[in-house]
Amino acid sequence: MEKHDSTAEHKEHGYGIYILVWLGLLALTGVTVAVAGINFGGITVATALLVASVKSFLVLKIFMHLGAEQKTFKIFVLVALSFIIISFVLLFSDYSFI
Amino acid sequence: MNAQEQAAVHVHRDDVGARMGMWLFLFTELLLFGGLFFLYSVYRFVNQEQFHIAAKELNTLIGTFNTIILLTSSLTMALSIAAIQRNNKSLSVFFQALTILLAFGFLINKYFEWSIKFHHGVFPGSEILLNKPKGEILFFGLYYVMTGLHGLHVIIGVVLIAIMTRLTIKGVINKDSYVKLESAGLYWHLVDIIWIFLFPLFYLIT
Amino acid sequence: MSTDATTISTNDHTSFLDYQGKYKGIRGWIFSTDHKRIGILYLIGLLSFFAVGVTFGFLIRLELLTPGKTIVDPQTYNSFFTLHGVIMIFLFVIPGLPAVFGNFFLPIMIGAKDVAFPRINLLSWWLYIIGGILVIVSILLPGGPADTGWTFYIPYSVRTTTNVIFTGLAAFILGFSSILTGLNFVTTIHRLRAPGMDWFKMPLFSWALYATAWIQILATPIIGITLLLIVVERVFGVGLFDPALGGDPILYQHLFWIYSHPAVYIMIVPAMGVVTEIIPVFARRTIFGYKFIAFSSIAIALLGSLVWAHHMFTAGMSSTAQYVFSLLTFLVAIPSAIKVFNWTATLYKGSIQLDPPMLFALAFIFLFSIGGLTGIVQGALSVDIHLTDTSFIVAHFHYVMFGGTGFGIFAALHYWLPKMFGRMYNMKVAKVGFWFFFVGFNTLYFPLFVMGWLGMPRRYYDYLPEYTIYHQISTVGSWILITGLIIIYYNLIKSLRSGERITARNIWGGETLEWQIETPPIHENFHEIPTIRTGFYEYKMNDEVVEKEEVK
Repeated sequence: MEKHDSTAEHKEHGYGIYILVWLGLLALTGVTVAVAGINFGGITVATALLVASVKSFLVLKIFMHLGAEQKTFKIFVLVALSFIIISFVLLFSDYSFI
Repeated sequence: MNAQEQAAVHVHRDDVGARMGMWLFLFTELLLFGGLFFLYSVYRFVNQEQFHIAAKELNTLIGTFNTIILLTSSLTMALSIAAIQRNNKSLSVFFQALTILLAFGFLINKYFEWSIKFHHGVFPGSEILLNKPKGEILFFGLYYVMTGLHGLHVIIGVVLIAIMTRLTIKGVINKDSYVKLESAGLYWHLVDIIWIFLFPLFYLIT
Repeated sequence: MSTDATTISTNDHTSFLDYQGKYKGIRGWIFSTDHKRIGILYLIGLLSFFAVGVTFGFLIRLELLTPGKTIVDPQTYNSFFTLHGVIMIFLFVIPGLPAVFGNFFLPIMIGAKDVAFPRINLLSWWLYIIGGILVIVSILLPGGPADTGWTFYIPYSVRTTTNVIFTGLAAFILGFSSILTGLNFVTTIHRLRAPGMDWFKMPLFSWALYATAWIQILATPIIGITLLLIVVERVFGVGLFDPALGGDPILYQHLFWIYSHPAVYIMIVPAMGVVTEIIPVFARRTIFGYKFIAFSSIAIALLGSLVWAHHMFTAGMSSTAQYVFSLLTFLVAIPSAIKVFNWTATLYKGSIQLDPPMLFALAFIFLFSIGGLTGIVQGALSVDIHLTDTSFIVAHFHYVMFGGTGFGIFAALHYWLPKMFGRMYNMKVAKVGFWFFFVGFNTLYFPLFVMGWLGMPRRYYDYLPEYTIYHQISTVGSWILITGLIIIYYNLIKSLRSGERITARNIWGGETLEWQIETPPIHENFHEIPTIRTGFYEYKMNDEVVEKEEVK
């Protein structure tokens, strides 16, 4: 375990990557606003959530440095997300069926 | 100093552990809002038309503007950490202050949004709201609770970052010790992520 | 982290009880960040709140001694069972083992000096105390204590004029305390294990605490938001659960149980961990199936998060939801059963020492099995329709929570208290107390199974005459149980003041690290952080096992 290097060099990002991601986030925001105007029904919701998920992934990976952290952190995030998603699915077993 | 006092002076430091603690705390925040997102999903599923109609009363422009503000504040927060990593104290302080400014911008927008709604008589318990169809009442109930709770977290974030700004100025946060700033940054990014989901769900379902 | 940071003066033999730090006197305790002192602070709170909860239980049973009014009116009775539930669940069983024994022994068991975030640990305790005080305050303020049951079901919890807001806020704060403890333990176990203390060398109590900590982190916020919404509904009339405003009361129940079911695993998994530590020691054997027990703790945490709606089979859910949750409920019994099998296998051909900790641990297995099996019975939809909201359910959860976790807490007390304080209790008196407790427990709760099957509803103030005999047996059982508790309290508290002093490190022959350090432990637990070179439960410090030194 890497407990010994708790003060070790933290992977540094250049300023540039952050600006790039920011531009990407703005672009995605534009996409999601534009799509909302076009009424595809259920697909609009799915698209909106998909775009939001991509944006969140970028924030997690680059801004929050999840990409540079130990594997443990990534597993943690997966555990938390799984808990939410599975609870959500089970909850809907009560609402999407008679 | 005797051996015991000497040992006591050496403070245990674990940056990875500190970040781990903050990530775990973020999960609790995610789940706190998660419960509300569950509510939103069920009620929207059952009241699709009325959610549509109610959402029209929200101003998409202000919502989009607020989204851009928050995304930019995440950028400035990330840049403040990159700056301190490069020993650029004043730049880091600048970016942190900018983050706080943007956060205030967000809050001011929110304040105006809510005021307009209140002015139109659309708030929990109001006569106008109670006369609307049930789905719309639910929509606005969720709107106020979710954006309200989110706004509360923005305020907490502002306080946290302000503390970090002070610590950076004093030199407590520096090139060799900046995990506090990283933790505050993590918190702030989560506040941003929550808004990333709130935005389409309330403003873009027309 | 470098190892020099962990070496301290080898001449320091002061016990943590006498250590003088930054603060003196009582401030040295309530502002202490020493995990051992915090564990003891929790213990004081725990035993105090438990006594209050038991008093309410006593009053409930007294009222039920005869049909109709016995000592109080129905409104008061409703508050009694509400407070009994709130205090027992949020102030006793949920914090219970992690807050007291997890705090005290987890760092020691993994070879650390303290938890990852000692100051947050102190904050957890302060939040616990504040939450407890709020509950007490809710009883005294105008409006009276809440009468909704600890489940705060909508719409009554929004309509009642009693102090639901205070109780709800108290539970919110207590939830926050629980979250911080969980967060602390996960980080501690990941980051502070001693060199050589790999995951599969950790004691199984640590594994139990790890699984529990994850549930604390992930599930608790859900009840946090749910309670907040009740407060918001009462204060601002937002109406997210109010049918008149389009809300769905069943959705409230979903949100409530998404936490409150995993919460029962927060309660039981650490108790199973304690039993897993005690059985091998008092059977003079190595635990059977180390990895199975470790993984079963994780499996319980996982599966236990997927079964919540089995509390809602008769609430009005869709049939699909009923089938799904019934199936998942049967699955969650499997990892628990695995543990029972492993404990039994550990006992086989062992040299059983029936000292007080072992008595409580064996009772746990017996009582938890009854409780667990009656739980499976309720998982069957057709049977549950008949049994829901009867005293069968009350008997079931008391067997698992009280017969399980309750006995687990007393097992832990009898096992570890001598280590924590360096004082021995009277073993004969302890056994007398145990038998009163055990006999009283079964006399109190077993009739509830029969009565429930015959149709006696739960939370009812009055009942038909045909149930009277069962109620009377049960109430007498409560008196026997309370006698046992008084004997146990007296014995343990007396031992702290005037019990025989012990300095022997290993009075039971245990094999985990706490039995190799001083009694009571020194301030930083170890003179030097050990390096573990052997397998699980073979820990040696300085390459020498500290053998059992009996206390006569």
